[in-house]
Amino acid sequence: MNENESNSVDEKSAPNPASDEASRAKEATHSRRAFLFKLSLLANGAVGAVLAVPIFGYLLGPGLKKKQSDLSWIGIGAMSEFPEGETRLTTFRNPVTTAWDGQTGDVSCWVRRISGTQFQVFAVNCAHLGCPVRWFAESKLFLCPCHGGAYYEDGGRASGPPERGLFEYEHRIVGDMLQISAGKMPTLAAKASSGGTLTQIAGTNAPQESTGLQSNQDTAKPRCGSCQG
Amino acid sequence: MPGLKQAGNRVYEWLEDRLGLGKPILDAAEHEVPASTASWWYVFGSAATVLLIMQVVTGILLGLVYSPSAGQAWSSLEFLDHSVRLGWFLRALHGWGSDFMIAIVLIHLAQVFLFGAYKFPRELTWIVGVFLLLLTLGMAFTGQVLRFDQDAYWGLGIGASIMSRVPIVGGSLVDMMLGGPIIAGPTLTRFFALHVFIIPGALLSLVGVHLWMVLRLGINEWPMPGRLVNKSTYTSEYRKLTKETGIAFVPDAAWKDAIFAAAIMLAVMACAFYFGPFGPTGQPDPTIIQTAPKPDFAFLWIFAVLAYLPPSLETPVLFIAPVLIVGAMLLLPLVSGEGEKHWSRRPVAVLMVAVIAVTLGIFTHLGTYTPWSPVMDAWTADPIPAAYLHDRTPLERQGALVLQNKQCRNCHSIGGTGGLRGPALDGIASRMTEDQIIRQVLQGGGNMPAYGNALSPAETTALVRFLTSLRSENQPAAFDASRNLVTNEPQPAAPTGTH
Repeated sequence: MNENESNSVDEKSAPNPASDEASRAKEATHSRRAFLFKLSLLANGAVGAVLAVPIFGYLLGPGLKKKQSDLSWIGIGAMSEFPEGETRLTTFRNPVTTAWDGQTGDVSCWVRRISGTQFQVFAVNCAHLGCPVRWFAESKLFLCPCHGGAYYEDGGRASGPPERGLFEYEHRIVGDMLQISAGKMPTLAAKASSGGTLTQIAGTNAPQESTGLQSNQDTAKPRCGSCQG
Repeated sequence: MPGLKQAGNRVYEWLEDRLGLGKPILDAAEHEVPASTASWWYVFGSAATVLLIMQVVTGILLGLVYSPSAGQAWSSLEFLDHSVRLGWFLRALHGWGSDFMIAIVLIHLAQVFLFGAYKFPRELTWIVGVFLLLLTLGMAFTGQVLRFDQDAYWGLGIGASIMSRVPIVGGSLVDMMLGGPIIAGPTLTRFFALHVFIIPGALLSLVGVHLWMVLRLGINEWPMPGRLVNKSTYTSEYRKLTKETGIAFVPDAAWKDAIFAAAIMLAVMACAFYFGPFGPTGQPDPTIIQTAPKPDFAFLWIFAVLAYLPPSLETPVLFIAPVLIVGAMLLLPLVSGEGEKHWSRRPVAVLMVAVIAVTLGIFTHLGTYTPWSPVMDAWTADPIPAAYLHDRTPLERQGALVLQNKQCRNCHSIGGTGGLRGPALDGIASRMTEDQIIRQVLQGGGNMPAYGNALSPAETTALVRFLTSLRSENQPAAFDASRNLVTNEPQPAAPTGTH
C-alpha cells in the first residue's frame, strides 16, 4: 500500500516544481536519518564495548586469578600414620571447594616417609596427562593406567611417555602433623611445588611462625571458593 | 470427506495469508535436482540432520531429570537408569545417537570429498561443514563429561593436562577450562553450558547455513570423469544439466533420504534397546584411584596416539598437528576449487581417504585394548604356565616367584597372559643372553625401568636363572657371537648361556 502511494505521488510530481522541492526535503530528511542511524550504530558500539568489559571479566575470571592464591597449608595426617620406609595413599579435602562439589572436592596424594622427618608427598596425577598413578611396593614403582608412565619411588621418571617425574607437594611438619601446600590440580603449567623439596619443621623450633599459621591455615577446613574475599 | 478437505484448505490458506511460509517451503522441497543425484550415495547429509534432531529431542528429555551438579550428576544418571520409567532407554538413544551421528558425519565427509563436492561454487558449504564436524566432536566430548563418572573425571584431567602444555597461557587456560583450581562443581556447569547451550546453538545455526547453501547452489551433480569444473562455465552447465535431467527433490529424490534416515533411526533404537546406555562407570571420586580411564569410542584414536608419541615430540605434535589438519581441510576448497571431480581421476584423494581411514581404524582398535598400559593385577591374577616350572631347579622356581612378586607380569606376558607393554617373556632365552638379561633387569632401558634398587642380588640371580630357562626345545639359546671371535673358541653347537 505504502509503496503504491509513494509511486503514484512520484509519477504525478515528476514535472512539478513544488514536489521537486518536496523530494529535496525528503532527501534532506533521509540524509539526516541516515546520519542518525550511523550515530546510533556508534552509540550501540560504545555501549557494547562497555558491556563487553564485565562479560569478558566474568568469562576470563578463573584464568586471571593469581596463581598462589589457590594454595594453602593442609594437614594430611599425623606423622605416626606413615610408617618409615613406606609409601601410603592418603586423602584430604581441597582447601577451596563449593558446596556442590560432592566427592570431587576430595584429593588423594602419595606420602613417602623416607625416614624420621624426611618425607616426600606426590600428587596422584601422572605428569603425562593427569591420570591417577598407583604405587607398587614390590617393584618400587608408580605405574599409570592410562599410557603406562612409570616412576621410581623418589618420584623420578622411570619410563613411558611422561617427560618428567611426579609432581611433588611442598610439605612441612607442625608438631606431629604432616602438612602440604595444596589446593590446585597439578599440571605442567601449575606444578605442585616450585623449587626443590624441603622438609620444613615448624612447631617447637619456630613457635611464632607456627602460631601465626595455625590460627588461620593449618586446619583442613573446606573454604568457600565462590565467596568474595 | 470433501467438506473436511475444504475446511483444511481454508485453515491452511488462513495461516498462509498471515505466515507466508508454506509457498517458499514447498518450492524448496520441490526444487529440481539433477536426476543423477537421486542416489543412495547422497543420503548421509540428511541422515546426519535427522540424527541431530533426535539428539536435540532426547537431550531435552534427559534435561528434565539430569542434575548438572558435581555432587549429584552421577546419582541423577543412576536415577535415570533405574528409577525413571524408560530413562535408561532415553539415555541409550542419546548415547548411541551420538556414536551414529559421528559415524554418519564422517561418511558424509568422505563421500563429498570423493565426489569433489567441495569444488566451485560449494567451497563455503565445505568450510561450514568442517566446522560442523568440529562442533559434532565437541558435542561428543562435552557429552562424555556430562556423563559424570570416573572416565569423565579423569578425561577432564587429561584435557586439563593437554591445555597446561600450551606455552605461556597454559595455566590460565586450565583455570578457565576447570572454572576453579580443581576439577569440581564449576567444571561440570561449564561443560553443561557448552553441551546444552553454546555448541548446540552454533551447530543448529551452522546446519541452517549449510542447508541454505545446498538449496541456493544446488546439490553436487554426480561427477563424470573428464567433466572438469571451470569457474566461468560451471554455473551455466549445472543449470543446463538441471533443466535437462531435473527431477523434483521431493518426492523423486527424497524418498531414498527418507528410507535411509528411517533405517538409521531403527538401527539407533535397536542398539539402544539391545546394548543399553553407556555407563555411568564408577563414581567421580578422585580418591578411588583403582581405575583405568578411557575416553569414548570417537576419541580412542587420540588416546592411542598420545601413548605412542615420544615425550619430546608430544607437546609440539599436540598443538601443531590439529592446526595443520583443520587448516588443510579449511583451505582445501580454496586451493583446489576447480578441475576434476571424479574419484577415478583423483588417485591422491582416494589414497588419502584410505590411509586416513585405516590409520584411524588401527589406532581406535589399539585404543580398545591399550597394549601400552600395564595390567595392574596381572602379578597376582595370572598364573605361570605349569610347563615353565617342570624340571626346573629350585633356584629357577625361586626366580619364577621373584618374577611374579616383583610385578614383572604387569608389563610382560607369559603364556599369553599379562601386560603387553614389554615383550612377552616366552622364549626370552632364545633372544637374550644371560648377560644381556642381567643388564636389562638392573639398568632398564628402552621402555623398561631399572630394577637395580628393587631387587637383591639373590633375587636377581634367581630371576635371571628362571628367565634363561624360558625357551622351547627347538629354539637355540641366545649366545654372544662376538665373544667367540675374541676368545677364538669354536662356535658352540648349543650354547648354554653360561660364561
